[in-house]
Amino acid sequence: MSTTANDPAARMAERLSSPIPASASNDESKKPGFWTTFKSMPLLVKLSFIWLVLIFGGAIYAKLDVSLFDGALPLQDPNLQTNNFNPATGAFGDGEPIEAPSGMHWLGTDAIARDTFSRVLHGAWVSLIVAMTAAACGIFIGGFVGSLVGFVRGRTETIAMATLDVILAFPALILLLALVSIFKVRDLFLISAVIGFLSIPTYTRVARAGSLAISQREFVAAARAIGTKPRQILFREVIPNVMPTVLAYAMVQAAFVIVVEGTLSFLGLSVQLPQSSWGNMINQARRDIKITEGFYQVLWPSIALTVTVLSLNQVGDWFQRRRAVRSAAL
Amino acid sequence: MAKVLIWRLARMVATLFVVTFLTFSMTALLPGDPINAILGTDSVRDPAVEQRIRDDLGLDDPFLVRYVNWLGDAMQGDLGESYINAGQDVAQTIQDRVPVTAQLAVMAIGIALIAALPLGILGAYREGKWQDTSSSAFVQVALSVPNFVVGIFLIWLFSVQLGWLPASNWRRFSDGIWGNMKTAILPATALAANQMAIFSRLVRSDMIATLRENYVLSAKAKGLSDGYILRRHALRPSSLSVATVVGINFGALLGGTVVIETLFAIPGLGFRLINAINQRDILVIQGIVVFVAVVYVVINTLVDLLYSVLDPRIRRS
Repeated sequence: MSTTANDPAARMAERLSSPIPASASNDESKKPGFWTTFKSMPLLVKLSFIWLVLIFGGAIYAKLDVSLFDGALPLQDPNLQTNNFNPATGAFGDGEPIEAPSGMHWLGTDAIARDTFSRVLHGAWVSLIVAMTAAACGIFIGGFVGSLVGFVRGRTETIAMATLDVILAFPALILLLALVSIFKVRDLFLISAVIGFLSIPTYTRVARAGSLAISQREFVAAARAIGTKPRQILFREVIPNVMPTVLAYAMVQAAFVIVVEGTLSFLGLSVQLPQSSWGNMINQARRDIKITEGFYQVLWPSIALTVTVLSLNQVGDWFQRRRAVRSAAL
Repeated sequence: MAKVLIWRLARMVATLFVVTFLTFSMTALLPGDPINAILGTDSVRDPAVEQRIRDDLGLDDPFLVRYVNWLGDAMQGDLGESYINAGQDVAQTIQDRVPVTAQLAVMAIGIALIAALPLGILGAYREGKWQDTSSSAFVQVALSVPNFVVGIFLIWLFSVQLGWLPASNWRRFSDGIWGNMKTAILPATALAANQMAIFSRLVRSDMIATLRENYVLSAKAKGLSDGYILRRHALRPSSLSVATVVGINFGALLGGTVVIETLFAIPGLGFRLINAINQRDILVIQGIVVFVAVVYVVINTLVDLLYSVLDPRIRRS
């Protein structure tokens, strides 16, 4: 017990004797750097984070390969049927349908001899876009509306929340199916837009709850007391303090949204073939589940989907826990 | 209490109006002539049929009149006829399929509860020990696996590898309980996985709070066994939030049945809905969506009311 660090009285004395730590309090309010944050993660959260970087990095790589480099990057064409006749070489491709993993095809091939590894990465792109759109809609619209109505209260709040309650009165997936069924052509843009739209209510609720709590705090009362305009209080005091909660929620919500898109694809109501998504890969592969290699084809997209969802939940939960500790200290 | 009841019922009726209105306006929102949506643009048309539909649905009337007429019919159990599957009565279709979906949902909740209670209790009783860590890890995974993935792996294990249970060929309850159970157990388990995870997390956290109560301490001091205390003293007060969530999650479960019924080819509401969507059978889609939404709203209201009966503190506020 000789070290000052372990002795509360000594620490207190040190704190009192030292000059006001202006810079220290500034540092605390500043966001910690990426490495500091990463290093403070528990092992499992770290692994989850690495997985997310890999899979979504892979998705971006795959997308770049197709859209910008015209397939020049080392990744196979996701839609090429490798056993097809190739006019350029004048021979049939050497691929086989439903292959086991090999050096050529890292995750094997699907029922029509397309490279599964490439399709999994391209499928990750669909999940990424849907998750990002939902998060963007939720954060910008839901986060803003929620912060606003939690701050101004009154009739605006009643009307806004009643509107949301109507959307939430439907079971989410049923409403999604109903909306999607209206459209004949379903592409990534449409699916993301509909899922993004349906994400707004829950974000609004989260933001409103945060905003209600923040608006009661002393610093908001102080800002009011010195005559700050309500709009400035909203943008400078309320929203910056609500957003971290909303962002932490965005992770967990992204996990949910990816499952929803997976479900839609599985039902054949999301992006249209031949574009791959994890859901439609699982749906196509399940027909060959009786063959061992066919089962692998169900396994890979299932693992990608589940591990991604699990990782987002882990990282999101961790951010939420950290946020709860921090806002208690605020 | 009467005030709460009336207020809650009034809110329910208002919500029902909005929900039915929105669902009904779905047909009106469709781009182009509703006839195109109902008959499909590519089918060969009989002008007589077209005129009959026009008259049946009152398409020449203003929208609000159509809504009121439709709502009046719907309340008398008339949701119209499918024009794609000629002459199929929508309400009858729903009525035929509800028992199947309801059975799945109820079984799923049952399985989820049976699995969740011991898991949650174990986690709370051994809080921080390896039993808690491993059951929490299991729950985390169960929470993250989409139900159709669970379903496929159940099919792979129990139908393909072991050959114990069928992966399709639904048997109705009326065709014999044994056959029905054999076809129902896998889909119900697939549906249950996520719910089980949610329930057991709740049981665990509630149980941890309950075990810190003084009356648990005094029960321990009396020398009662741990098992007895857990079952008799701690379980009941710890199951209140689970009871609520069971109700709230019923809606999520109705959504989940869509994909599980499709996977296992079960002739329930969800499977019919997906068929209708693929055939663009607007009236069937509309009927099923309205039906599910109404059920969902009513259940949520009942859960709310039940909760205020169970917990007097909520009644007062």
